[in-house]
Amino acid sequence: MSACGIAGLINIDGKRENGRKVVDMITTMLERENGLGAGYACYGLFPEMQEHYCLQLLLDDRQSKEAVEDLLVERVEVHKDEEVFTRKVKGMRGPYPLIWRFFLEVPRKRIDENPDLEGEDDYIVDMVMEINSRIPGAFCMSSGKDMAVFKGNGWSHDIAEFYDLERYSGNMWLSHSRFPTNTPGWWGGAHPFNILDWSLCHNGEITSYGTNKRYVEMWGYKCTMLTDSEVVTYLWDLLCRRHGLPPIVASMAVAPRYYDDIGRLADEQREVAIRLRRTYANAMINGPFSILVGKARPVPTLIALTDRKKLRPMIGGISGDEGTVFAASEECAIRRVERDGEIWAPVAGNPLIARMGDGIVWDGLKDQSQYKRMRVIA
Amino acid sequence: MRFNGDRIVPDHDNCVACQRCAMKCPQGAITIKENEMAFPAHSAYTERIRRIGWEQASTGGVMLSSCGNDLPYRSIFDDLVLDAAQVTNPAIDPLREPIETRCFLGARPDRLDFTETEDEILLDTEMSPGVMLRTPIMIGQMSLGSISYNAQIALFRAAMETGTLVGTGEGGLHSDFYEYGSIINSEVASGRFGINPPYLKKVASLEIKIGQGAKPGHGGHLPGEKTTEMISQTRMIPKGTDALSPYPHHDIYSIEDLQQLIYALKESTRYRVPVGVKVAAVHNVAAIASGMVRAGADFITIDGFRGGTGAAPRIIRDHAGIPLELAIAAVDQRLREEGIRHRATLCAGGSIRYSADLVKALALGADVAMICTPVLIAMGCRVCQQCHRGLCSWGIATQNPTYTQRLDIDVAARRVSNLLYAWNEELREICGAMGIDSVESFVGNRDRLRYLGPNPRIAEILGVKHAGEAWG
Repeated sequence: MSACGIAGLINIDGKRENGRKVVDMITTMLERENGLGAGYACYGLFPEMQEHYCLQLLLDDRQSKEAVEDLLVERVEVHKDEEVFTRKVKGMRGPYPLIWRFFLEVPRKRIDENPDLEGEDDYIVDMVMEINSRIPGAFCMSSGKDMAVFKGNGWSHDIAEFYDLERYSGNMWLSHSRFPTNTPGWWGGAHPFNILDWSLCHNGEITSYGTNKRYVEMWGYKCTMLTDSEVVTYLWDLLCRRHGLPPIVASMAVAPRYYDDIGRLADEQREVAIRLRRTYANAMINGPFSILVGKARPVPTLIALTDRKKLRPMIGGISGDEGTVFAASEECAIRRVERDGEIWAPVAGNPLIARMGDGIVWDGLKDQSQYKRMRVIA
Repeated sequence: MRFNGDRIVPDHDNCVACQRCAMKCPQGAITIKENEMAFPAHSAYTERIRRIGWEQASTGGVMLSSCGNDLPYRSIFDDLVLDAAQVTNPAIDPLREPIETRCFLGARPDRLDFTETEDEILLDTEMSPGVMLRTPIMIGQMSLGSISYNAQIALFRAAMETGTLVGTGEGGLHSDFYEYGSIINSEVASGRFGINPPYLKKVASLEIKIGQGAKPGHGGHLPGEKTTEMISQTRMIPKGTDALSPYPHHDIYSIEDLQQLIYALKESTRYRVPVGVKVAAVHNVAAIASGMVRAGADFITIDGFRGGTGAAPRIIRDHAGIPLELAIAAVDQRLREEGIRHRATLCAGGSIRYSADLVKALALGADVAMICTPVLIAMGCRVCQQCHRGLCSWGIATQNPTYTQRLDIDVAARRVSNLLYAWNEELREICGAMGIDSVESFVGNRDRLRYLGPNPRIAEILGVKHAGEAWG
């Protein structure tokens, strides 16, 4: 995943944007991909099924589908399932997987009978890990509520056509096109990576992979996918959902400030920064990266972040009507869909955070210590 | 050499092959050759084995030795090769970009609890005491007694300059050294030599010594020849007596007892400093380490099978314990499987010879490396394995004033600092070559190692792929 393209948008007024827009963005950056994988995540996709988890799966064949169904029948209550619309695309190589989605709920008794689980999210995470690691030929592309991931092995324009993304609209879109280097191009290995409603598009190569992988494994995640981007997805789930770090604090954990910079902070801020760095030493992501992170709950939020040396590009933007916030590898991706509005380059290791309803929470230009007063009370 | 009144004469009985005569000869006139009048060759009854038999038949005693295990066991470190960044991730040039090597000694919490309000972000998690180190290299435990006053002060000064900690060994702390408290990791061993309230209160961290890599299952041993007036006062033992500390701590016969001592030390230092536990790398070290962490150790030190010593029975030194590389891997993995890896800093010592071993130890899972023999070498030690005789002609492992005055404190301190700087720079070079700009991302990063040795089972235990196998 050296040179990859990433592009995302969020409508901060909560309006729904057609898939066409994000497809236009990502396909503009043709030089950043080589046809070995692309994908999209759409949030606010199933308003009528908001309360149900949507598992969207890549399946090799009928047997793997049956194995998944057997597991689901045993574990959860499936409300509805359907084949995801796909069509043959000229130039894309088969075999195509079978793609299926299940809307489901976790029965209360399942949580009650397992004292280790904090809630139904953990139950779903465990189940997804089990599907991916135990059922041959089955891979869960996404497992969040009111969202889904569409990805596969091909060019970004082919994947968009394969899933017919123009049939979908949502409040937030993430997209990715691959130029894979370290790992083979395969359907499950395309981005976005997802767990629950966390999705991640990643351009870069994590040199701390071994350290990060072993850290998330300690917290019960299973890394089964031969790729560094998977581990980054789990890190966000761990830090934000399970540990409850605000997104800006999680960004400071994965892309921490240098100790020299920490030394220049005011006392209160410095103490927070040191405790964060010490505690989350192994969650720090090293090496070149530029990532887009999406989450749905409590409100859809888009986070764009680069490594602290900014070895991969990231541009932020806002539309002329101030209704849509963009983030992409290149300015051209934003300009293709939005001629007016403002464009800026977030600082290395400093996140751009946009939230539905609130707009730009943090533009990634000033030092994070100016976001809010941070202090230790223990 | 010996002075017989009017001239210097050679005294072969006292020669320990320290080679100081050759090193210091102003004319460069001395050459040392191995004595070829040796035992006839035999592959099974090697010269070493025959010498041991001969000596034991003469004395009826236990063979003593010092420094570390010198048998030609294979070094696993030498069978590991490192990765480097090419194309897809840029290497980082340590001369032009920051590469951080700072780290902490002490327990970390499971997680941090933050609350975000309208205008504030509040952090509500207390931290255990931690000592910040500028480099992940600590100087291990060498007592005043096993080494000289000058040698110890040189180590303290070097640590002050490089921002790391030095162990005191089990010999207590001479009152002259209280001023170095902020860089001292003091040892609490089974003999409790020199342990008094000021000793515990002056220092940066405390380390309970259960075992030592060179002599697992054995206590400390300071031969009476080295117990001078100064040593007697610092250790609070009679002059000229052997300081033999018990094999076990007689107040620790179980893990619960260890927990009591850990908390007794924490209480007595008002929870101000981290308290650690050191054990030798033995067969069941992973389970033992897990018990130590659960008993409240803020850091644990695993001392490997080639670790040094000032005096140890040769049979133990050469044959007991397991290689450090395997012990690090097993302990790190076990603590992760139990979800408690963050609750203690993992220090690894005893076998780390040079910076290549250091970086491999970190990548296998150690947070900090502890070194002793290399810093002694920096001061002049020739690893002659005669420390127990107290005749160290370099003035390091001796208390004889004739020899100790030879060790120039300033020069020795400078040389030790240089060594630590050099290793730290080489660590930065390696991190940079791998595209890593902070040592936190290097610790436990076994993906950046590959095994290139004869036994794939070792690679499995290390959790390292074989050379030629790619990522993923």
